[in-house]
Amino acid sequence: MAHAHKLEILRGLIKFKSNTQKIWGVLILLTIVTAVEVVLGIYKPDALNAKFIGMKLLNWIFIILTIVKAYYITWDFMHMRDETKGLRRAVVWTSVFLICYLIFILLQEGDYVQGVFSNGFVKQDF
Amino acid sequence: MDTTVVNTGTETKTWGGGNEPLKASYGKMMMWFFILSDALTFSGFLAAYGFSRFKFIESWPIADEVFTHVPFLHGQELPMIYVAFMTFILIMSSVTMVLAVDAGHKMNKAKVTFYMFLTIIGGVIFVGSQAWEWATFIKGDYGAVQTNGGNILQFVDTDGKRVALKDFAIVNEHKVRVEDQRKSGIWYTDNESLTTYTLDEVIKGFEANSNILIRTQQLTEDGKKTVLSRAESIKQLTTNGKAVVEGANLHVNEYGSPLFADFFFFITGFHGFHVLTGVIINIIIFFNVILGTYERRNSYEMVEKVGLYWHFVDLVWVFVFTFFYLV
Repeated sequence: MAHAHKLEILRGLIKFKSNTQKIWGVLILLTIVTAVEVVLGIYKPDALNAKFIGMKLLNWIFIILTIVKAYYITWDFMHMRDETKGLRRAVVWTSVFLICYLIFILLQEGDYVQGVFSNGFVKQDF
Repeated sequence: MDTTVVNTGTETKTWGGGNEPLKASYGKMMMWFFILSDALTFSGFLAAYGFSRFKFIESWPIADEVFTHVPFLHGQELPMIYVAFMTFILIMSSVTMVLAVDAGHKMNKAKVTFYMFLTIIGGVIFVGSQAWEWATFIKGDYGAVQTNGGNILQFVDTDGKRVALKDFAIVNEHKVRVEDQRKSGIWYTDNESLTTYTLDEVIKGFEANSNILIRTQQLTEDGKKTVLSRAESIKQLTTNGKAVVEGANLHVNEYGSPLFADFFFFITGFHGFHVLTGVIINIIIFFNVILGTYERRNSYEMVEKVGLYWHFVDLVWVFVFTFFYLV
């Protein structure tokens, strides 16, 4: 069984000699990203509390770092990097599109309900 | 199995049915599509959590104040540490799983066995940690009072440090509290178990200690909980106080909005259930590896398929970690 693995991450910036080596490399990357998240989560620097498109900058950083982690888990641990384009797109595009839509409608609605509670005549605390 | 497989003899032709455009086996492809649908279930949960959070954006509990416990370090407030440990355990077990898959490609039975074993151990540690996290969350530590409107009033001293009910409640030695029991009435309905202190005892203790204030659910401009003045605190407690809340369940929780506890139980519970099934499937595959099933089959693809599921569990945790503990 000849299994061809693509052995470079970060668009060829880091190249690994073997698949095992790549796995440890990705582990180090994921650990660094998690450590950054934890440190930011504990100290919550004031500078990152500024709002950006309706959310704190800090929260945007957390979400982006999470997506980075999800990318490396899927691409290198689940070997999505080695699958054909067709399979990759069938799985990734479907989920990304549906999840983005779901998030959009639910958060939009939640924000609206909150607006009704705080500005309208509906009372939920009595 | 010749009777069930039909060969048309045209497999070599373009439309003969022999083409495999995705170059993946049936089992692996179906595992991917199962994962896709499961991912949508989890995102449904997390998006619903987001909905409730946006709805109660001004009064949602602060996760850093809820999950502060670490085993063996009693009484210290260490947010994030324990959950970071859990995350690392799960990522580590994901790594051992990839190493098992890699060893499988090289047909190295001893290594597959060893790495599968480590993966199972990692999964067990994670499920155990989650059980501890649940137990701590359900037990609660400070206690609070629920108002008629369903809001939670917590107690702080003048420095803003949390005060537990047991530190100030004045226990009435002569009280008679009877839990409803089936034998004592025809119209028996199940009732909540009695809390350690009654509302009267909490109010008495609160009135006797002039340095205790009430903290409401409402968040201030800079993301802290609002602390009421002494006069307002007494008014709020005596006119609106309805019940004493200790710990968390599906109806009430001492940390704030009941929805917070509901989502915590459902999302981490659903994820924990996935980890549990993952561990069970891993154990089955582990024994198959030991028995040499895949050695005889000449392919360790089954390890790869359960590996996909195991990584997916890790992937979901990465998101749960972000949305429950960080954001």
